Amino acid sequence: MTRRIKFIQGNEACVEGALYAGLEFFAGYPITPSTEIMEHLSKRLPAIGGKFIQMEDEIASMCAIIGASLTGQKVLTATSGPGFSLKQEALGYAVMAEIPCVIVNVQRGGPSTGVPTHVSQGDVMQARWGTHGDHSLVTLTASNHQDVFAMTVEAFNIAETFRTPVILLFDEVVGHMRERLEIPEPGEIPIVNRLRTAVHDGVDYHPYLPREDGRLPMSDFGGVHRYNVTGLVHDMWGFPSDNPKIIHGLLRHLVDKIENNASHIAMYKTFYLEDADTVLVSFGSAARSALHIVKSLRKRGEKIGLLELQTLWPFPADIVRRYCNKASYTVVVEMNMGQVCQMVKTAVDHRERVFLANRIDGVFITPTDIKNILRLIKGRGV
Amino acid sequence: MAVNDYIRERFFPHLWCAGCGHGIVLNGLIRAVEKLGMSRNEIVMVSGIGCSSRISGYMDFHTLHTIHGRALAFATGVKLSKPELNVIVPMGDGDALSIGGNHFIHAARRNIAITAIVMNNRIYGMTGGQYSPLTGPGMLATTAPYSNIDQSFDIVEMAKAAGATFVARTTTYHVHQMADIIRSAILHEGFSVVEVMSQCPTYFGRKNKQGGAVEMMKRMKEITTPIGSKKKVENPDLIERGIFVELDKPEYCSEYNQIIERAMGGY
Amino acid sequence: MERCRMVFSGSGGQGVITAAIILAEAAVLYEDLTAVQTQAYGAAARGGATRSDVIISDTVIDFPKVIQPNVLVCLTQEAYNKFFDIIRPGGLLLTDTRYVKSQLKVDARQRELPMYQTVMEKIGKPIVFNICMLGAVIGLTNLVAQESIMKALKDRIPKNFLDMNRDALALGLELGKNSQ
Repeated sequence: MTRRIKFIQGNEACVEGALYAGLEFFAGYPITPSTEIMEHLSKRLPAIGGKFIQMEDEIASMCAIIGASLTGQKVLTATSGPGFSLKQEALGYAVMAEIPCVIVNVQRGGPSTGVPTHVSQGDVMQARWGTHGDHSLVTLTASNHQDVFAMTVEAFNIAETFRTPVILLFDEVVGHMRERLEIPEPGEIPIVNRLRTAVHDGVDYHPYLPREDGRLPMSDFGGVHRYNVTGLVHDMWGFPSDNPKIIHGLLRHLVDKIENNASHIAMYKTFYLEDADTVLVSFGSAARSALHIVKSLRKRGEKIGLLELQTLWPFPADIVRRYCNKASYTVVVEMNMGQVCQMVKTAVDHRERVFLANRIDGVFITPTDIKNILRLIKGRGV
Repeated sequence: MAVNDYIRERFFPHLWCAGCGHGIVLNGLIRAVEKLGMSRNEIVMVSGIGCSSRISGYMDFHTLHTIHGRALAFATGVKLSKPELNVIVPMGDGDALSIGGNHFIHAARRNIAITAIVMNNRIYGMTGGQYSPLTGPGMLATTAPYSNIDQSFDIVEMAKAAGATFVARTTTYHVHQMADIIRSAILHEGFSVVEVMSQCPTYFGRKNKQGGAVEMMKRMKEITTPIGSKKKVENPDLIERGIFVELDKPEYCSEYNQIIERAMGGY
Repeated sequence: MERCRMVFSGSGGQGVITAAIILAEAAVLYEDLTAVQTQAYGAAARGGATRSDVIISDTVIDFPKVIQPNVLVCLTQEAYNKFFDIIRPGGLLLTDTRYVKSQLKVDARQRELPMYQTVMEKIGKPIVFNICMLGAVIGLTNLVAQESIMKALKDRIPKNFLDMNRDALALGLELGKNSQ
C-alpha cells in the first residue's frame, strides 16, 4: 500500500505528480540535478506496466518521447540546462507537429557546464525562446513539493488539452530539498486525457484540422487512421506545404492556441497583496525566501506582499499588471540577471518602479539578501 | 492488396530527380511489404531529413517525418511504447551515419526490433551535393572541390560491430534481391540494417563523371558480387552484397517486458 | 513548539545526511510536524566536510536552509573547524570525543559525548555511529519520540539490521539524556 503522506525530494514529488497524471513513458539521460527523476521512474514505471528508457543522449530522449506520444501515451523527459539546450530542436518539432509532451528542467547554474550542483533560475528565457522560429509554449514552475506535484499534473493536462509541449522549470533547491508531500486521492485533481477522434474507419480524418474550440482530436499510431506527421509546414492532413496561406494559418494557429488561452493557463499565488505598497514578484525556490521576508517584514508593520508566479510562459502580464501597477516598489526576486524582471517591466506603466533582487553566485538567495536589497532600493542603506 | 494500395497516389509524381535511386527503393519496400501481407495499420514508417526521408510521405502507413539524423530515436519511442507495431526507418547515408551516427550505433546495440534501411548514395542531395561520410576519398563534392580526403564508413561492418542482429547490403540494380532482403529484415526479431547502394546522378554522378543513372546502375552491378562468390577471391575490391548477419539474440522490447513482469511482481 | 534549525556535519560516509533525513522523516510522518531537509551536493558529498540542514517546526517553513542552527552536530574536526561559529547564541553544539577537540570558544551549550567509542564498545559496528548520534540529539532536545525514529528506520533499513540500529539509538539517547 502506498502511504499518502511522503517525505521526499522535489524531484520525487514530480515523479508522483507525473504518475498521478497518467504517465506511461519516460525517456531520459542522466544529468545533475534532475537525475533522481529518472532513477525513480526506472523503478516505478515498469511496476505499472509503463516504459522507461535511458537513451544515448538528451536529443534522443526528447525524440523518443515524441514517438511514444504518437502511439497514444502520456510522456515525460527530464533534464537540466545543458541537456535542455540539446532538446531544443526536437522541442520545436513537438511545437510544430503538436505533440503532447512534458519536459522537466531542474535548473542549475550556467551557461555551459556552469555549476552543476548549485541553484540557478537562468533558463527562463531558454524555456521560451530556446527553439527556433515563431512559436508559443507553456512553462510552469513551483516553489514547494505540493505545488511541484500539482504543477506536474497541470503540465500533463495542458499538454493534452492544447497538444503542446509543456516545460516544468524547477530548480536545484526545490528538486533536491526534502519536505512533506500529501498525495491527493485519485480524482481529487482532475486529469485531462487525450482527446481522440470520433471519426470512424474509412472516413477521412484530418489530424491537423482544429475543431471549433481550437482542439485537435488525435488518432494513435497503430489505429485505423493513417496520416503523416512532419516538422515541415503542413496542411490539415499533415502533408508538407509551402502555400503562403497554409504557412500563415499554421503559425497563427500554433501561437494563438496558447496565447488566446493565456488567462486560463496563468497560475499564481498571492500573499498579503491587499494593501501592499511594495510587491515582491518571485517564482520557484526564490519565492520561499521572498515569502519568508514578506512575513517577517509584515510583523514589523511594512506593507509588503508577494506575487508568486507559477505560470512563466505565456507570461501572465495581466496578472502582474493587476498587482504591481499601483505599487511604489515592485521587486522581482530571482536567481538570474533579471529574466523575469524585464518581463515585469513591460507589464507595468512605470518601469522605473521595478527593481531586481537577485543572486547569481550559485548560493540560494536568503531573506536577508532580499531585505538588504529592499533597503538599498528604498534609499535606507543596508 | 495491390501495390497501389500501399502508396499515397495523390502525391505522385514524386519529388526525386529523374534517375534517382530512391524511387527504386520505394518500389522494393512496397514489394517486400506486399509479400508479407501486413496490414498498413501495423506499420509505422519513421524518417529523418534528406531526399531519402521523403519516402515516408509516399507510403500509406502511419508516417512520421522527423528531424535530421534522429529518425531512429523517434522510432525507438514508437516501438518501445507499442511493440506490436512494425517500425521501418528509411534513412540517407548522411542522415543515418553523420548527424545520426550515435543513434544508429545505439539502436543497433539495444537490438530493438526496428528495420533500418540506409539508402546510400554517398552524397547530401537535398542540400545540393556536399560530401557525406560515405563519399569516400578522392571523390568530388560541392564542399570537396579539390578532392575529398575523408575516409568512409563501411555501413555493414559498423552495424555488425555495433550489435545489429541482421545486416545486409544490396543495390538499386538488384531489385529482386532488395525486396527479398527488406522482407527478411522486417521479419527479423531484432535490429536490422539494410544498406541499399543507390545512385544520385544529379550530384554524385555529375560531380564524379560517372554518367547518368543507367551508367551508375551498371557500375553497381560491376562493382558488387554476392557474398562468398568466386569473383570476390579473384577481385578483392568487389563489394559484397547479401545477408551478412542473421542472429537470434534477445530483443529489447521483449526484454523490457520481462522487466515489467519482475517489477510488477516485486515492487 | 519552538522552531528548531539543525545542522549535522561530518565527513562523507559517516551517515550525517541519512541521520538528518531519518529525523526529518520521523517528524513529518509520525509526529505530524513540518520539516525540511537539504544537503550540500557536489564534491562536499564525497569526503571533506559535508553538511545537512534540517528544520523542524509546527508551522509552514518557507526558507529551507539553515543559517544559524539551534543545534549543530560536528562529527569531525574539519567539520567543527568549518562550522562551529555558525551556531545560534545559546544553541546546542554536539561533538564526538573521539574525533573532535572543541575549543569552547562559542556562546553555546557544548556537549562532547563519547558516541563513537560507545558504539564500538557495545555494538562494534561503526555503521550505526550516525544513529547513535541521532539518539543523543533527541535525548538532548526531546524533538521527536524514540519510537518515531524507529518507525522511520523500519521503512529504510533491512529487517536484520533493525536491532543493531535500535541499540545504537538507545545508547545515544542515554548519553544525551544523561548530559541534558
